[in-house]
Amino acid sequence: MYSEKVMEHFMHPRNVGEIPDADGVGTVGNPVCGDLMTMYIKVKDDKLADIKFKTFGCGAAIATSSMTTELATGKTLEEAMKITRADVAKNLGGLPPIKMHCSNLAADALHEAIKDYKKKKESKK
Amino acid sequence: MDNGAGMPLDSRVFEAMKPYFFEDYGNPSSSHSFGNSARNAIAASREKVAQLVAAEKPQEVIFTSGGTESNNLAIKGVAYRNREKGNHIITTAIEHISVINICKFLQKQGFEVSYVPVDKQGVVDLEKLEAAINDRTILISVMYANGEIGTIQPIREIGKVAHENQVYFHVDAVAAAGKVPINVKEENIDLLSISSNDMYGPKGVGALYIKKGTKVQPIIQGGGQERGLRSGTENIPGIVGMGKAAEIAKRKMEAEGKRLTRLRNKLIKGVLDKIDYSFLNGHPTERLPSNANLRFSYIEGESLILGLDMYGVQVSSGSACTSKTLEPSHVLLAIGLAHEEAHGSLVFTMGKQNSEEDVDYVLEVLPDVVKRLRALSPLTPKEIVR
Repeated sequence: MYSEKVMEHFMHPRNVGEIPDADGVGTVGNPVCGDLMTMYIKVKDDKLADIKFKTFGCGAAIATSSMTTELATGKTLEEAMKITRADVAKNLGGLPPIKMHCSNLAADALHEAIKDYKKKKESKK
Repeated sequence: MDNGAGMPLDSRVFEAMKPYFFEDYGNPSSSHSFGNSARNAIAASREKVAQLVAAEKPQEVIFTSGGTESNNLAIKGVAYRNREKGNHIITTAIEHISVINICKFLQKQGFEVSYVPVDKQGVVDLEKLEAAINDRTILISVMYANGEIGTIQPIREIGKVAHENQVYFHVDAVAAAGKVPINVKEENIDLLSISSNDMYGPKGVGALYIKKGTKVQPIIQGGGQERGLRSGTENIPGIVGMGKAAEIAKRKMEAEGKRLTRLRNKLIKGVLDKIDYSFLNGHPTERLPSNANLRFSYIEGESLILGLDMYGVQVSSGSACTSKTLEPSHVLLAIGLAHEEAHGSLVFTMGKQNSEEDVDYVLEVLPDVVKRLRALSPLTPKEIVR
């Protein structure tokens, strides 16, 4: 059902964990629906210096979380905001159609974390 | 350990079926000797299936294309034939999807259906069931055992209530037949659905027991085979295979039931002992010998399935993510689980190919799979990630 790449990221997810002093945090999904993910980011010179995630969900939810962190690390905030669900799925060698929507939320979580960072920065001014 | 999804054909069953593809390919409706041989084969199978459920007469067994058709014939057949008596049907919240969808279909045609709730262990509430009966009630349909949570229903008592109220009693025994002893007479059953492939028989064949005198209207019209109740040329190899499967199941039931019960109990106890925040779904004792349904807090079922699959263990889940509808199992919701609890449930269905070593192996690898997924989950409380 899943591509080899999805299974590889599911078995060996990159960047799992939390960042206690994160610059931004984004959470999307709902455990009632079966998927919940939180992204933590550290920002340095307008770039994503570190990303960590925690995910409750199916294999696709875990693999897309992992892939998103891999795609976004080192990118500028502007570049990272342009990463789409489709980019994540493509880099994983595709996802089953039914998983494209419900379990492919990691890019959204990342965008939420970046927005959270920007909001915090604004309020500090 | 996913025998609930499909069971392998018993090689003895296949051997019994073989001659009926090439040598004995007669049509039982023919008058010549080829037809005779087919007729005899069907009669012998009917006898074996009748014996499996302790039917009084073999003629009370009608062969169908499987459990779903048996449920259709039983429920629609009784509903259509007894409409002048009433239009009310009672069933439960945890029935197989075929029963639920048949009832929904009948509701669109003006029938009324009551879905009686079950308790936390999945047992039908007898008082509520009795209270749901009214003077228009024509049928009560309750499954013998639930294939997902394993719970076995108090069939005899439900049948007694049905008969005290002059209501027909249908039992979907697809998950139970061949695994636990069934006695249609003692358990007050009027109609009983059985499937062949849930007892190591071929797919595409099943049976419906219809007690003599029960008023049922056929749902398939045609050449009048199966006493007019199920037209269509008989699936002779399938029927022969089902007969053989029934014969073997009856012979092995007691010993295999004991063996599987022991394995099941070892699996359940082992998991509950080794893994914190794990729970058993369904009834602790009144359950199918083959079934263990276990729930793990903070993690999701499909990722558990994938994680176990990496170790070569195949199981299934009540999780929405493994279904086509993206809804968690209606059975798990009916026993009172929250959506997120239903998502984290695993179904182990053991069969004859499973040994104690398999159970030991699951108990060896499962704690690590659970631990790894909990470490990934934002729902896991910090104190239990170790």
